[in-house]
Amino acid sequence: MRHLALAAALLAAVVYPLLVPNYLATVGMLMFFTAFIGQSWNISGGFAGQTSFGHAAFFGVGAYTSTILQVTYGWNPWLAWPAAMAMGGLVGAGIAVLSFRAGLRGSYFALITLAFAEVFRIAANSASITRGGLGMLIKADQRPINFQFKDQIWIYYLAFALCLVSLLIAWWLTRSRFGARLVAIRENEDAARALGIDVFTEKVKVLALSGAMCAAGGTFYAQKYLYIDPNIAFGIDKSVEMLLVTMVGGAGTIFGPLIGSIALTTINELTRAAASVFPALKNVQPLSLIVYGAMLVLIVARLPDGFASLLGRRRHA
Amino acid sequence: MLDPQIIIAGVLNGLLAGGIYVLVAVGLTLIYGVLHIINFAHGSLLMLAMYAVFFLWRLAGLDPYVSLPLVTAGAFAVGFVLYRLVIGRFSHGKDENILLITLGVSIVADNLALLFFGGDTQTIDVPYAGDIIQVGAAFLPLPKVISCGAALLICLVLGLFMTRTDTGKAIRAVARERQGARLVGIDVEHVFAVSYGIGIACLGAAACLLMPTFYVTPQSGYAFVLVAFTIVVLGGMGSFLGAAVGGFLIGITESLGGLFLGEQLGQIGISLIFILILLLKPTGLFGSRA
Amino acid sequence: MLEVRELSKAFGGLKAVDQASLDVRAGEIVGLIGPNGAGKTTLFATIAGFHKPDAGRISLQGHDITGMAPHRICAAGMVRTFQITQPFARISVRENIMVGAYFRTADRHEAASLAEAVANQVGMGDQLDRPGSDLTVAGRKRLELARALATRPALLLLDEVMAGLNPTEIAEIVQVIREVRRAGVTILLIEHVMQAVTSLAERVYVLNQGRMIAEGTPAAIAENPEVVEAYLGHGAARVLRA
Repeated sequence: MRHLALAAALLAAVVYPLLVPNYLATVGMLMFFTAFIGQSWNISGGFAGQTSFGHAAFFGVGAYTSTILQVTYGWNPWLAWPAAMAMGGLVGAGIAVLSFRAGLRGSYFALITLAFAEVFRIAANSASITRGGLGMLIKADQRPINFQFKDQIWIYYLAFALCLVSLLIAWWLTRSRFGARLVAIRENEDAARALGIDVFTEKVKVLALSGAMCAAGGTFYAQKYLYIDPNIAFGIDKSVEMLLVTMVGGAGTIFGPLIGSIALTTINELTRAAASVFPALKNVQPLSLIVYGAMLVLIVARLPDGFASLLGRRRHA
Repeated sequence: MLDPQIIIAGVLNGLLAGGIYVLVAVGLTLIYGVLHIINFAHGSLLMLAMYAVFFLWRLAGLDPYVSLPLVTAGAFAVGFVLYRLVIGRFSHGKDENILLITLGVSIVADNLALLFFGGDTQTIDVPYAGDIIQVGAAFLPLPKVISCGAALLICLVLGLFMTRTDTGKAIRAVARERQGARLVGIDVEHVFAVSYGIGIACLGAAACLLMPTFYVTPQSGYAFVLVAFTIVVLGGMGSFLGAAVGGFLIGITESLGGLFLGEQLGQIGISLIFILILLLKPTGLFGSRA
Repeated sequence: MLEVRELSKAFGGLKAVDQASLDVRAGEIVGLIGPNGAGKTTLFATIAGFHKPDAGRISLQGHDITGMAPHRICAAGMVRTFQITQPFARISVRENIMVGAYFRTADRHEAASLAEAVANQVGMGDQLDRPGSDLTVAGRKRLELARALATRPALLLLDEVMAGLNPTEIAEIVQVIREVRRAGVTILLIEHVMQAVTSLAERVYVLNQGRMIAEGTPAAIAENPEVVEAYLGHGAARVLRA
């Protein structure tokens, strides 16, 4: 039964862009993309319990690494992609080593990640290699070899594939020793240490994995829009978006980020549609974030497993 | 090399800005010290208070300095109610949950501002905005001097309140020994709400002191929250003396950073200080948290 | 098996453990008793690698483990439990024990079957699917024991596994601990419940104000006037003899 539902969902996702207007296909693409970067947050923040307010640091490092390699050094973007992931992983590991060596936990870790993202943002705003606040343009050349597509449907499928891979990673975490250790660390760090888990190393590993995934999302974003600037890449909005979709959908669950992303995208589109029908509402787009902020409060207070926990069986690791 | 006169002027300007930072940080450190809550909504609530000051001027013609008692009292009420309805009710358990809840509050506040006030930058034109007073070779904007002085005066009054009044003593008792305070009959939940209210009242006053020389947008909260956290972490979480010293240090850092590195890059100093303090000396200059 | 020599650990100015020494031989059950605040838990935590000792030496099965991190000490064959039980609340009992089992195997099925075996061993085979947060005090104590056992230790450090249990539950867990020893695990336990210590342990160490003040059989300890005075205060010697 569950397999059947999954197969049906897969099929629906595959045929969806063929049946709907381009605009809705783009909405679907954004949904999978947000679910993907949300999953990168979920792996460290949800499974391992290391709440981050600064995942934009990894997102931006990914976006800038591939864009600089491509624009300034003439790399092929497909080759620059793994390099961006490696950089994201390195930055994740680096921040983790510094923070966890200093013994930071909980709120303090969350705040220091925010500060790191801010340092990156300001640096990108000032450095010449990132062209400062002007941002970086990627020259349009719509050939698949350039990671650019004439037909936006391929971008949709790419986002879908990324989302699938992230779901598989999350699924693997629920069934592997690594994942079990992360959950143990989240639930009780001291007990995890007593049971022979090298807590420091595991936390560094998970931040590296999460950072690499998030950086992959950054490159994807840059290739889709062919433009990035420091505020897009490193701004707190991205960090908050990843955190929100995951917390609302269900932190530490396989489908949490996807559920959260579907809900957020739907609310977004509904408010946008309402705004196009009633011009008086042209300013309502913040509405979806207001709803989401309120949901975050309620969920942390009342429903720590997110909406995923309402969908029948708990998918907890 | 820069003229020492310019550097001195930079330091003086930094000290003036620092005075208001002290007030903002005192509110944050009070909330942390008493409730053990890291109030991520601090910046956003300051932003809302700044809009209140702006609209009182725009709609009722009230000068920011005149509206100070009103906005401060209003901010206290907002803080008190917010604590009773949201923060106090939901904030238990792991400390990052409390952080997430205050983050949720700040997301709601920022986007409410965007929804109702729009994204434009708003400023207040006070007639004395351009007045300058000369200190040695340095020219200091009069409103900044007034604001800094007023901020420090308010901190002093708050200090007297904390040491001389029964409520202040109750707050300090709760900060030091929650269980003990409960045992001697102090209504701890009430003290929490009052403390949170006072912390937010500091923001109300700070908003009035900022608006003559500063602008407000829905994003202003985020700009201030990192500064406020940096000050409090630098001074030591929960330490009033730390908030005062940290406020001035950060004011100077920002001013000199802007002078030497430019407006953009100058901001990096604050985040770097924040990171370095957390990594190297998480108790800050005057903190006792292990 | 375990040799602790003149171990010291201070917090601030307070000497929590002051030149304490003890020995545990393979196959023994050894008790560690002492009044509240004597430093028992600190001594335990220091032996298990949770605190770095200020001075002294710890060796396990002939290897020096002084100052090692807990996970390396666990690899050397010694694991501790916590006085205040620390279950992984949001995962099942099975998954809780598997965390321990994963120490010996990376294979999910192997870890699961090891977890089941250990759960049966400590008498919680029927609670495998309950979440960790759902257990009674006795259940949580058993879970602590089970998780630790799943790492396949040679030496188990038990921190007050009987505190807070009723007499029936104590009798049950005493039985479980005996079984564990019979299966070849050496045990060092901190205990407050005197009766349990006297019936379980072959030898008892007494810690007072961070110092080891006596060592001997439970009967000898009960007679030791210094112990009676330091630890038990007035009149309590009779309780021990009872």
